[in-house]
Amino acid sequence: MSYVTLTINGIKVTVPRGTTVLDAAREAGVFIPTLCHDPDFPHFGACRLCVVEIPGMRNLPASCVTEAADGMEVYTESPAVVEARKTILELLLANHPQDCLTCEKNGDCRLQDYAFRYGVKEAGFQGERKNYPLDDSNPYIIRDANKCILCGRCVRTCNAIPERSVIDFGYRGFNTKIVTAMDTPLGESDCVYCGRCVTVCPVGALIWKSLAGKGRVWEFNKEEVTCTFCESGCLFEVVSKGGKNIAVVPKAPGTGRPLCLKGRLGLELKYLDDPPAPQLKKGDTFVEVSWSEALGLQEILPKLTGKNG
Amino acid sequence: MSDVRLTINGREVTAPKGSTVLEAATRAGIFIPTLCHDPELTSFGACRMCVVEIKGMRNLPASCVTEVADGMVVETDSPAVVEARKTILELLLANHPADCLTCGRNGDCRLQDYAYMYGVKSEPFGGEKHNYPVEDDNPFIIRDMNKCILCGKCVRACAEIQGKNIIDFAYRGFDAKVATAMDVPLSDSECVFCGNCVAVCPVGALQEKALRSAARTWEVKKVKTTCPYCGTGCSLELNVKDDRVVGVTSCQGDVNGRALCVKGRFGFGFIHHPDRLQKPLVKKNGTFVEASWEEAINLVAEKLQDIKEHHGSDALAVLSSARCTNEENYLMQKFTRVVLGTNNIDHCARL
Amino acid sequence: MTNSIKEIAGADFILAIGTNTTESHPIIGLQVKKARRNGSTLVVVDPRRTEVAELADLHLQIKSGSDIALLNAMAHVIIEEKLWNKDFVNGRTENFEAFKETVKRYTPEFASEITGVPAETIREVARGYAKANNATILYTMGLTQHICGTHNVFAVANLAMLCGHIGKPNSGVNPLRGQNNVQGACDMGALPAVLTGYQPVTADEVRAKFAKAWQVDELPAKPGLTVGEIMEGAAEGRIKGMYIMGENPVLSDPDADHVIHALSNLDFLVVQDIFLTETAQLADVVLPAASFAEKDGTFTNTERRVQRVRKAINPVGEAKADWEIICAVSSAMGYAMKYASVSNIFDEIASLTPSYAGISYSRLEEGGIQWPCPSAEHTGTPYLHKDKFVRGLGKFNPVEYIPPAEQPDEEYPLVLTTGRRHFHYHTGTMTQRTGALEVYYGTEYLEINPVDASALGIAEDDMVLVKSRRGEVRVKARLTDVVPRGVVFTSFHFPDVAINKLTNAAVDPLAKIPELKVCAVKVEKAS
Repeated sequence: MSYVTLTINGIKVTVPRGTTVLDAAREAGVFIPTLCHDPDFPHFGACRLCVVEIPGMRNLPASCVTEAADGMEVYTESPAVVEARKTILELLLANHPQDCLTCEKNGDCRLQDYAFRYGVKEAGFQGERKNYPLDDSNPYIIRDANKCILCGRCVRTCNAIPERSVIDFGYRGFNTKIVTAMDTPLGESDCVYCGRCVTVCPVGALIWKSLAGKGRVWEFNKEEVTCTFCESGCLFEVVSKGGKNIAVVPKAPGTGRPLCLKGRLGLELKYLDDPPAPQLKKGDTFVEVSWSEALGLQEILPKLTGKNG
Repeated sequence: MSDVRLTINGREVTAPKGSTVLEAATRAGIFIPTLCHDPELTSFGACRMCVVEIKGMRNLPASCVTEVADGMVVETDSPAVVEARKTILELLLANHPADCLTCGRNGDCRLQDYAYMYGVKSEPFGGEKHNYPVEDDNPFIIRDMNKCILCGKCVRACAEIQGKNIIDFAYRGFDAKVATAMDVPLSDSECVFCGNCVAVCPVGALQEKALRSAARTWEVKKVKTTCPYCGTGCSLELNVKDDRVVGVTSCQGDVNGRALCVKGRFGFGFIHHPDRLQKPLVKKNGTFVEASWEEAINLVAEKLQDIKEHHGSDALAVLSSARCTNEENYLMQKFTRVVLGTNNIDHCARL
Repeated sequence: MTNSIKEIAGADFILAIGTNTTESHPIIGLQVKKARRNGSTLVVVDPRRTEVAELADLHLQIKSGSDIALLNAMAHVIIEEKLWNKDFVNGRTENFEAFKETVKRYTPEFASEITGVPAETIREVARGYAKANNATILYTMGLTQHICGTHNVFAVANLAMLCGHIGKPNSGVNPLRGQNNVQGACDMGALPAVLTGYQPVTADEVRAKFAKAWQVDELPAKPGLTVGEIMEGAAEGRIKGMYIMGENPVLSDPDADHVIHALSNLDFLVVQDIFLTETAQLADVVLPAASFAEKDGTFTNTERRVQRVRKAINPVGEAKADWEIICAVSSAMGYAMKYASVSNIFDEIASLTPSYAGISYSRLEEGGIQWPCPSAEHTGTPYLHKDKFVRGLGKFNPVEYIPPAEQPDEEYPLVLTTGRRHFHYHTGTMTQRTGALEVYYGTEYLEINPVDASALGIAEDDMVLVKSRRGEVRVKARLTDVVPRGVVFTSFHFPDVAINKLTNAAVDPLAKIPELKVCAVKVEKAS
């Protein structure tokens, strides 16, 4: 493998040829903010928050799609870069609800982190605002398209599983929006509620219903657990508050066909004292079902209990 | 003292005569939200967040100023109470900046806590809003009167804890504001910047300047320790982010309660000052050069040993330190007496 | 302190002598203010009209160094008017007759001439103190940094015993210690004549106990030298090597030029500190120490309360905690010192120190404990001398007024007195580097009475030269009647106003405390 050596903010770093400037910076311990970048589905280059200054290049390139080259000089926090990031944040905030007060993602939101980091207090621009209804059409995921920043991470992670591929960009311009086929509510779509999209959403557009109203993120403790229902080994988090386990949420997919509703429900049953009744979609509506049905054990369980009992 | 028996949310509770309904509930582990109440300050009864429903009483009394009585039946979360609290929060939020995004108190704000608890969203189309300039001309405290909810805790802390009376309510009605005499900035007043007003502020109106721009509240780890300045021994909490002390906040100290002085609360910057010594230095030809610990320690040991052997133990002397810990002073005198073999040890107790 | 800090608020008469409490000890000052709000009487004795003096019912603006005349005269009035506590004096003290004899000549009129306080005021204060149910005396360096510092303290103690205002809650004799762990450093035996808990090095059984615990054959029996004597020894070449940990004598000690000369005269100087202080700059080796935020341990505060210091961050750079450095030096010199943690060091202290015997880290997790705490069941001691004094009966030590070592004269007509500012601390090593305190209070100045200033042609903010027989400094003038005529004041917080170049190294013969509160100076406008 051949290597290239570049300097980032004066720090010399050597990386394999083909590495992006963003990854090279992280290698060197230099932080670059990102919104749309997903290490599992890289090279999207949409949000432009990761722009850097590279003398000799026209404009400010996005570091997530720029390949590191020998002798390259990179500045990640130059005045021009900071100015660009501030403007991007102002544009995003111009159409983002000022709702941190009660937002479930308050305290774990990239848009908020970067607004604080760059001292962007409010939108520098006033204009039309989105006013979509909240999609609360299913028992598991709440979608608030008003908070969506169109980073597309949910789309890419969903489409990575071909037979899921439930959501994509729809409409154009100001009306651009993440939609299901025919823009139906999620509850009427083919969504299987694996939660891959929720794990990657950087803002409050996608949240877990099981945590809504249960507390602020800084009140939660999270413990990582590995699902053992199949061999994929997906990671989940048991969320507790005040010493009591209150929810299980997905963290990261394993290999193969990762993250599923069944796994998450099974872990809820395992880790929660008082798990909410599982619901499955039958026809067009969600109905409460027994745990054995939810976990697909209807035919196995009687045999097991019969043997033991 | 005689006790009275009352019922709170259907539970039999006893409380000392003369205590308030709020105290009785708190003692019984029943939570009642408050904004203007503070157990160490006089009761004010202004914010009305702590209203409860008491059978036989007209209206909803504020629990912080209502005395318990025998046979009282109290409901702390009845629909009427919840409705009242929501209305109070809506009114407060109608004139509060929707600024949690970058507010330094986001995550440690009572107004936010209760808005979340009662599901009150900020009102986007309120009436007139305050538009005061933010006061940040001093290096200690940021005062943003747009965020002030007029709970008056700072006024009482200044009067009752600090005994300074620097601030009080001024103006009337919508223009009511907490202000210094003649409404000048704190830096032009007699304020000594103890920050005890900041410690009691329930919202983002008063903030520690350095701390709140360095970290979000949920990012810091708090470590209780003892102040390194004078001999009073105040307890304080070091706020730590990324292995750096980014601020100091109050905790409950044996000596000081939550009170601190300007040095204890705002004088922590020396910890990460670039002048801090980071490597042993050895003087060579009149100038200091950096050395390894091994080299420096061996040189010290050799030189002290040499003087001891050639000039006797009493040619050596040690100054220990009133700034160091007990353990360190103990070891220093042990070292002096055992290893150097002299009682020539002192420190600046007299200075 | 004989009492606890919180007990101050419960006193109905407070006599504050030479303490600028609200500036130097702001949190103790809160208790004084609380007492005032509760209706107690506050009398402040200070040449300057300090912030706490502004709060007082009576401010006795005495001439610097005349405290004994005042205190003896108060005793005179109390005896003359039969206001003294006969039960206490008869039951718990001795040598009263000698004391009575000494104070006989200190009539208020006589004292008035020495102190400048009206005789009637002295009477009024004496009566107030004697008649109070609970009376407490607070003092700091304003009382002790005199050549008669120890005698001043005797005079205070005599007064408290005379009225029985000691050995009970809210009443006592309360020195307010100036540094976070000056109490602890004394308790730990960082003193030339005592081991931990004030056990004398001259006592054979004490040395035998420590020698056994430390596994050595013997310990030195001859009391060592005090700071001033050490500096003297260094200047004269008798002291060849010094190890200084966390102190900055170049700025804190009197007659700074003499200290610099003394330290430069050493064969070898090692300084261990968090900054390259004025003292460290003179060293041959400088060892980088961890700050309080970077280590575990305990401090003992002015009310004898042992409290935890907790490590919040790792030491910056390669700095190490002082205790680790001492262990390394000791081990390199052939005496192995190894402790797994600081709590083990504390356990060793407790095992050798009766007043700390009952204290442990696990107990300190619950909160601080005030010594004496002789056993694990003991809850600590909020106030001392309850039923008897340490020596049994309290002894009256009659003392006579002596004037300061250096009096103003024609050449040096003004009295310089020094102290602290609210926004700074000690030699400024820390408070000059906070990014906040020094920003707000960045320039030091010399307080001078407008009448003196105008006689010298000095206006506000003029740069002036302050000169004594030992040195001079340049500083800006501030015209204020906080200081009376004939007195100038400044702090020792600012290295560029190194006021201890001027101060007098004359010491109290008993405690060896230097007379930093009085020296003769002249002030002139700088060109």
